[in-house]
Formats: sequence, C-alpha cells, structure tokens
Amino acid sequence: MKIVVLVKHVPDAQFDRHLNGEGFTTDRDESILSELDEYALEAALQLAEARGGSKAGNQVIALSMGPAGAVNAIKKSLQIGATEGVHLTDDALAGSDAAATSLALAAAVRHLGDVDLVITGMASTDGETSLVPAQLAERLGLPQVTFASSLEVDGGRLTARRDADTSSETVEATLPAVVSVTDQINEPRYPNFKGIIAAKRKSITTLSLADIGVDPAQVGFSGSWTTVTNAEQRPPRTAGTIITDEGDAGIKLVDFLAAQKLL
Amino acid sequence: MAKVLVFIDNPGASLKKSSLELLTLARSLGESAVALNGELSDGVAAAFGEYGVGTVIRPSTDDLDDFLVAPKAAYLAAAAEAAGAGIVLLDNSPEGKEIAARLGIRLNAGVITDVVAVDADGTGHKSVLAGSYNTACKATTPVSVLTLKANNVTPEPAAAPTTPEAATVEVPAGSSTAAARITAREQKVATGRPDLTDARIVVAGGRGMDGDFGPVEELADALGAAVGASRAATDAGWISHDAQVGQTGKTVSPQLYISAGISGAIQQKAGMQTSKVIVAINKDAESPVFEIADFGIVGDVFDVLPQAAAEIKKRKG
Ligand SMILES: Cc1cc2nc3c(=O)[nH]c(=O)nc-3n(C[C@H](O)[C@H](O)[C@H](O)COP(=O)(O)OP(=O)(O)OC[C@H]3O[C@@H](n4cnc5c(N)ncnc54)[C@H](O)[C@@H]3O)c2cc1C
Ligand SMILES: Cc1cc2nc3c(=O)[nH]c(=O)nc-3n(C[C@H](O)[C@H](O)[C@H](O)COP(=O)(O)OP(=O)(O)OC[C@H]3O[C@@H](n4cnc5c(N)ncnc54)[C@H](O)[C@@H]3O)c2cc1C
Repeated sequence: MKIVVLVKHVPDAQFDRHLNGEGFTTDRDESILSELDEYALEAALQLAEARGGSKAGNQVIALSMGPAGAVNAIKKSLQIGATEGVHLTDDALAGSDAAATSLALAAAVRHLGDVDLVITGMASTDGETSLVPAQLAERLGLPQVTFASSLEVDGGRLTARRDADTSSETVEATLPAVVSVTDQINEPRYPNFKGIIAAKRKSITTLSLADIGVDPAQVGFSGSWTTVTNAEQRPPRTAGTIITDEGDAGIKLVDFLAAQKLL
Repeated sequence: MAKVLVFIDNPGASLKKSSLELLTLARSLGESAVALNGELSDGVAAAFGEYGVGTVIRPSTDDLDDFLVAPKAAYLAAAAEAAGAGIVLLDNSPEGKEIAARLGIRLNAGVITDVVAVDADGTGHKSVLAGSYNTACKATTPVSVLTLKANNVTPEPAAAPTTPEAATVEVPAGSSTAAARITAREQKVATGRPDLTDARIVVAGGRGMDGDFGPVEELADALGAAVGASRAATDAGWISHDAQVGQTGKTVSPQLYISAGISGAIQQKAGMQTSKVIVAINKDAESPVFEIADFGIVGDVFDVLPQAAAEIKKRKG
C-alpha cells in the first residue's frame, strides 16, 4: 500500500501561543508535530505492518506543508516509523487559508501518484478548523471518511466507524480515499532508539509549487479566500476566590451561584 | 439586501436551539432562506414562519443521509446558487464544518469556522488558540460560508411572521458516486438532559469521580444542566465519549461550568475556558484548574457535590 500521512507543524500548546506573524498568522517558534497527527501516522503504520511493512513494498509517506522548520515534523514522523518524507515548502505558501492549503496538498498528493490512502488528523491543534480533510477529498474527487474511530482495509475497500452526536455510524468506501482519524482510534507509539537511528537514513524530498504545478497566485495571502482583519489577545483568565471545605462548601457553592444569579 | 441561506439537517419534530440561533442571525443579516434536508414536520414548518424565513428549499432526493457529507454539500451548493445567497450559515458541529468545507470548494467561497458573531458586512468573529485571542475574519469571495457556534445568539422570532415559499432543488447528478456510504447507523440513547454544546450550565466530572458519576448527574439534574467529562473519565468508560469536553471532545461556553475532580490539563481547558463562570472542586489545592476558576473549592467531590445538590433542591422547594 502507498499511504500518505499529512503531518502539520504547529506551535506547541504547552507554551503561550501568539498571532504576531504577518497577517495575524501564528508565531512558529517552539513548534512541534501536531499531536493529533500522531494518531494518523499510527493508523498508517498499523495498516502497513499488517501487510508486511516496508519489506513488502508498503510505503508510509509523511507529507507536511510549511516553512523550513516544518521539516522537524517530518523528521519526527520518520523516527516514529514513516518510510519517507515530503516537505512542500515555498515562500508563496505563507498565509494560506484552508482552501489554499487543501489546493496545494491535493496537488502534492497527485504529484506523488497512485496513492491508496491519505490519512490526516481530526484537526490541527492550531487552526483547529477540520476543514482540510474534507476539502482535500472534494478537490481530489475521492471518498471522504472523516472522524474515524476505527479503520479496517480489506483489499480495495475500507470500513470505518464514525461517532456522530446522536448516532454511531459504520462507513464504507472504496480506495483510494481520504481518511481523518480521531484520538479514539489507537495509542500512538513513541520513537525508540532504533527508530531514531533508522530515520537518519530515510529520504526527505523537498517540493516547491513549481514542482507540483501550482500557480503561486492561487495560494498564500493573495490566493486565499479568507483574510484575518484583526486579532486581539484576550486577557488571560485569572483565579477568583478559592476556599477550603470546612464541611459547608456545598452550601457556599450554592450561595455563590445564587449571588451570580445562576440558580 | 443580502440573501442568507441557512442549512438545517434533519430537524425531526422541532428545531434545536442552535437552529433557532442560526435563523435569528440570518434574519439580522438579510433575507433568509432555509435549505432543509430530511422530513419537514408541521412544528418545524411553523417555526420557519415564526422566524421570518422567506423560502424553504428541499432536495430532489431523499437519500442524502446514506452518504458521508459529499452529496449534502453538493445539494447545498445548488441551493445556494438557486437562492442567490451571499452568506451561507451552518452549525459548527463536526459535520456542519465538513459540509461547509466542501461547499466552500464548490462555490469558490471562503469558509470561516467557530464563529460567535457576524457583522453586517459578513465579517465573522471567532476566538482562537484555546480562547487566548479574539479575531475578526472575512471571506474575500462573493459568497461567505460561516459555521456558528451554539449559545452566542439569543433566539428571537421575527416581528412579522412569514409564510415561507416552497422550492425544490435538484441534487447534482453523480454527487454520491465518489462518496463513502453509511451502511449502518446505531442511534444513541438520549440522556434526557440538555445537549452539551448548547446547555446553559454544564457539570463535568473527571478521574476524581473514581467510577461513580452519580453525584455529577445529581447536581446536573438539580441545576437543569448537561453532564460533561474529562477524557480520563470517558476513556475509563465511566460515561459515554459524547460527554467529553476538550480539544478532542466538545467545546462548550456555557454560563456556568462546574468542574469536579478534573485537574485542568490544557486539552481539557481548550474546551471550556470560554465559559462565563467556572467553578472547580478538587482536593488538590495545586491543581491547575484553580488558575482559571472564578470560584474554587479545595475539597472532596463526594462531600461537596451531594451537599450542593441537596441545598439547591431545598431552596428550589
Ligand atoms: C487560529 C486560526 C484560525 C483559522 N481559521 C481559519 C478559518 O476559519 N478558515 C480558513 O479557511 N482558514 C483558517 N485558518 C487557516 C488554517 O488554519 C490554515 O489554512 C491551515 O493551513 C489549515 O487549516 P487547519 O490548521 O485548521 O487544519 P485542519 O483542517 O484542522 O487539519 C486537519 C488535518 O489536515 C492536515 N493538515 C492541515 N494542514 C496541514 C499542513 N500544512 N501540512 C500537512 N498536513 C496538514 C493534518 O493532518 C491535520 O491534522 C486559521 C488559522 C489559525 C491559526
Ligand atoms: C491528543 C490528546 C487529546 C486530549 N483531549 C482531551 C480532551 O478533549 N478533554 C480532556 O479532558 N482531556 C483530553 N486529553 C487528556 C488530558 O491531557 C488529561 O489527561 C485529562 O484531561 C485528565 O483528566 P482528569 O483531569 O479527569 O484526570 P487527572 O489529571 O488524573 O485529574 C484528576 C483530578 O481529580 C482530583 N481528585 C481525585 N479525587 C478527588 C476527590 N475525591 N475529590 C476531589 N478531587 C479529586 C485530583 O486531585 C486531580 O486533580 C487529551 C490528551 C491528548 C494527548
């Protein structure tokens, strides 16, 4: 199987995050592989391993679009077990919204050719829109199987489970397909020493917009269909009154709610 | 005047509060129309009139629910074109966002998610990076697609009710050929409590509940609240995954969020820190949840929750 896993390089949520880049984009210092994309990578690795792994010709390609630093998300994916990396990078991509991002990623997937599955996270941990997987499926004309909490592939068919608010659905599609997975699907592995050493020998291909045949005017700030016109930092929440229970804290809680007119 | 199209998916016997919020917002922005999928009950038809809807569009086929998202987006795109819509509004549910995503590609329209307010010119306001920034975003395209978070608009019927016109839109041929098929659907049992995403009050429990959500449910029922949970509690199977609040669960911003036996990890905070008032009960005074609590109680959930529930019942008589 040839599986492309989409991995995004995002600001680490353990630190304060800021929108102080050009056009209110995120500050990318202290960035990491988006936590939720580790579930996508794990799902891909499990499918490849069940089919004999890379020795049997199965490929798990980690594809990231982003500035120079995004190569770190790819390196981490290679350490965890991806077989090769692809870094789509071009100055003209800066400021891309979801529509422009999905346009560039769709072109990159087509460029890679004969892909059986594209697997993504359920959402990035910075933009958090969940728009990209659905837009990618629409652009590639492939079945969309999103928010999968289980995934099985048998020959050219896949079956997934998807939890909606009022029901739980069984979804079937033919390959190739675009799949996004939730954090319920598996328990991602950590890179081990062997994986870290092995990653050094794996290849990372760098692609520009010209390589994938995308006109720079269709992406980035100018090609995007949305623009951020303002961003203001909200004052952080501050701690209020903290009391220690002396046997009547439940009553004091109700007093507080009554004073706030919340009863 | 701008034409605003609202997508309403399978409303059942009556419109959800979040649907009424969409209709109220749509009317404030222009002439509103609805693109409906599913049955149109008498109650829902009456509500459309009360909320000033000009036209109710329905699809030419009734099999949209058999596929995952794609044909719904194709139908909605056709409906938006038929209605001449400049703005399309949808729910901010996972499926709402996905339909919006594909609709955007079909209409060459910018999509803005997680919107809490919309200006007359279509600018959407949203809070991002776990509530640390407020932003204003605008689609630069002729059509804007916006998904509205629940609980940010007060539903209000129109001053002058309407008798909506009925219209049918052809679902584009071939829109389900490349779509994933939904082959089985297991209905979840309704809890009888308010819906987590649009509840006014949420009482949430974490690992500190130690397998027993009874006290959380009792307090929730005394307050007429929805029940939420941390991932530790849902992973342990103490309560359904649907109750999970946080980065990979639901994002809620109720008037009041009561956090019980939850430490306040960033992934949990991401889903609840835009709540108006936060109350935390935790036996560890060093717990990070206290950094964002308006009222914190260092105490045992098994003492505090039942006492509070009993006191509320007493006061309510
Ligand atoms: C705070 C904030 C709010 C935003 N709001 C909007 C908005 O409302 N509308 C809009 O059009 N754009 C918005 N953007 C821009 C949007 O985040 C970027 O266009 C981004 O490139 C893709 O969207 P996402 O991060 O939301 O990804 P999602 O759609 O949430 O990502 C889902 C999955 O797609 C894959 N993926 C996404 N981006 C990449 C990438 N660059 N490389 C590899 N894989 C990737 C990953 O597997 C990821 O898990 C916003 C950005 C920020 C920072
Ligand atoms: C990719 C990813 C996504 C995630 N998404 C989410 C998400 O959406 N939502 C989410 O919540 N988490 C999420 N998590 C998990 C998150 O990191 C935390 O592990 C989780 O929130 C912890 O749950 P908790 O606070 O209930 O448990 P703990 O951190 O174990 O805290 C339990 C708390 O209960 C207190 N306590 C114990 N007994 C009592 C008692 N009798 N009375 C009072 N207090 C008591 C303890 O002092 C402690 O503070 C995610 C993690 C990852 C890696």
